[in-house]
Amino acid sequence: MITAHPGLPEFDYIRPDSLKQASQFLADHPGEALPFMGGTDTFVRMRDGVWRGKYLVDVKGLDGTNEMHFDPAEGLTLGAAVNMNRVIQCPEVREHYPLLVEAAQKVASYQLRTRATIVGNLCNASPAGDTTGACIVLGGFLSIHGVNGMRQEPLETFFLGPGKTTLRAGDIVTAIRFPTPPPHCAGHYLKLGRNTQGDLAIVGVTVLGYPDRAAPSGYRFRIALASVAPVPLVPVEAEKILAEKPVSEESIGEAARIAMQSCKPIDDVRGSARYRKLMVKNLTQKSLNEVWEKIRQVT
Amino acid sequence: MYHKIRVSINGSTELLDVPSNMTLLQMLREKLGLTGTKNGCSAGECGACTVILNGEPVNSCMVLAVECHEAKVLTVEGLAKDGHLDRVQQALIENGGVQCGFCTPGVLISMRALLDRSPTPNDDEIREALLGNLCRCTGYLRLIHAVKQAAQDQLLEPS
Repeated sequence: MITAHPGLPEFDYIRPDSLKQASQFLADHPGEALPFMGGTDTFVRMRDGVWRGKYLVDVKGLDGTNEMHFDPAEGLTLGAAVNMNRVIQCPEVREHYPLLVEAAQKVASYQLRTRATIVGNLCNASPAGDTTGACIVLGGFLSIHGVNGMRQEPLETFFLGPGKTTLRAGDIVTAIRFPTPPPHCAGHYLKLGRNTQGDLAIVGVTVLGYPDRAAPSGYRFRIALASVAPVPLVPVEAEKILAEKPVSEESIGEAARIAMQSCKPIDDVRGSARYRKLMVKNLTQKSLNEVWEKIRQVT
Repeated sequence: MYHKIRVSINGSTELLDVPSNMTLLQMLREKLGLTGTKNGCSAGECGACTVILNGEPVNSCMVLAVECHEAKVLTVEGLAKDGHLDRVQQALIENGGVQCGFCTPGVLISMRALLDRSPTPNDDEIREALLGNLCRCTGYLRLIHAVKQAAQDQLLEPS
């Protein structure tokens, strides 16, 4: 039974002055200290007793984490502390990464997005995360500050399981970076929820398509599925079919079927495993068709 | 651990000593007696605790009090000025948008925040702005009508 209990368990709020200080503190208190941004997942986990710890370390705004920067040659750097509303409203993101805007807009509500961050959504590592699909298909990679300095990590290897990532004690994700998007690409995020807006995804399908002369079919599609496996799932076999066979109703149907077969959903309060599997097929097909309509017109 | 903070609430500066684990919601209700802002879910889902923090609406149950040092907060108590109701309050009353009243403070704040950032919102924008405020009673249509009326009133009589 879930009860609304207004109080958070006891902890000490720590606000370091720099990333170096923050990483050191976190590494010195493994298992007892957690970094947080907007807190929209962290506070809920604490209330539910999933996480008990002595220290909550506020890493917002440290060393440039509150900045967004787009460079036409390098791509987009999205600071970890940038809230989702700012991402949605940023003109450069709207122009060059509309899929990211589409995904972020489907998260919760406006007032929650004032606190929520995309990096936080990724670090929370819920397979249902709305922005995880867009970040994966857009080729996002993380800049991580640890006790040994900075490193980069692609999202392909980042997620280990529900709520589990490769982050170690002392690690703070400072930004997510995206390469420049492929020319003439189009994307779509289809989120199935118990209502039209505001709920967690029962199934989420993210598709990015773009012309690619190196592919036998002339096109490449990237697909990411949410809420149907322990981690955000990329159905590589489905992607392969669309790269190798000429894109048609048949190949899209086949890709959707393969995507359905590749997923391993569970029963939960939002939907059954069987329903989710069937929805993956339908929604992947729908999403692929929509993206296909957009990109085939260009070439 | 306690933290001394200075925060502006509805225009008044308050100096407070808050524990680490106190949320902004608790601070408003328990330290300042501003019980207009409600606790519905403690999880950032229902919007009953919505306030405006540094110009943007937030779920105050998802913000720590200590994070509000040097911040500006507007609660439902701060909407009316000199005994005159804010347009959003007037419009909500006139459109029958208040029944049990529990969601009302959060709804008013979301309405106010919407019109501040988008003075002439269309239907989709209104629905998107209010979707984070759950209402068990009204069926939402009256809330939407109220926003449209408030927007119109604001256009006709900017003050």
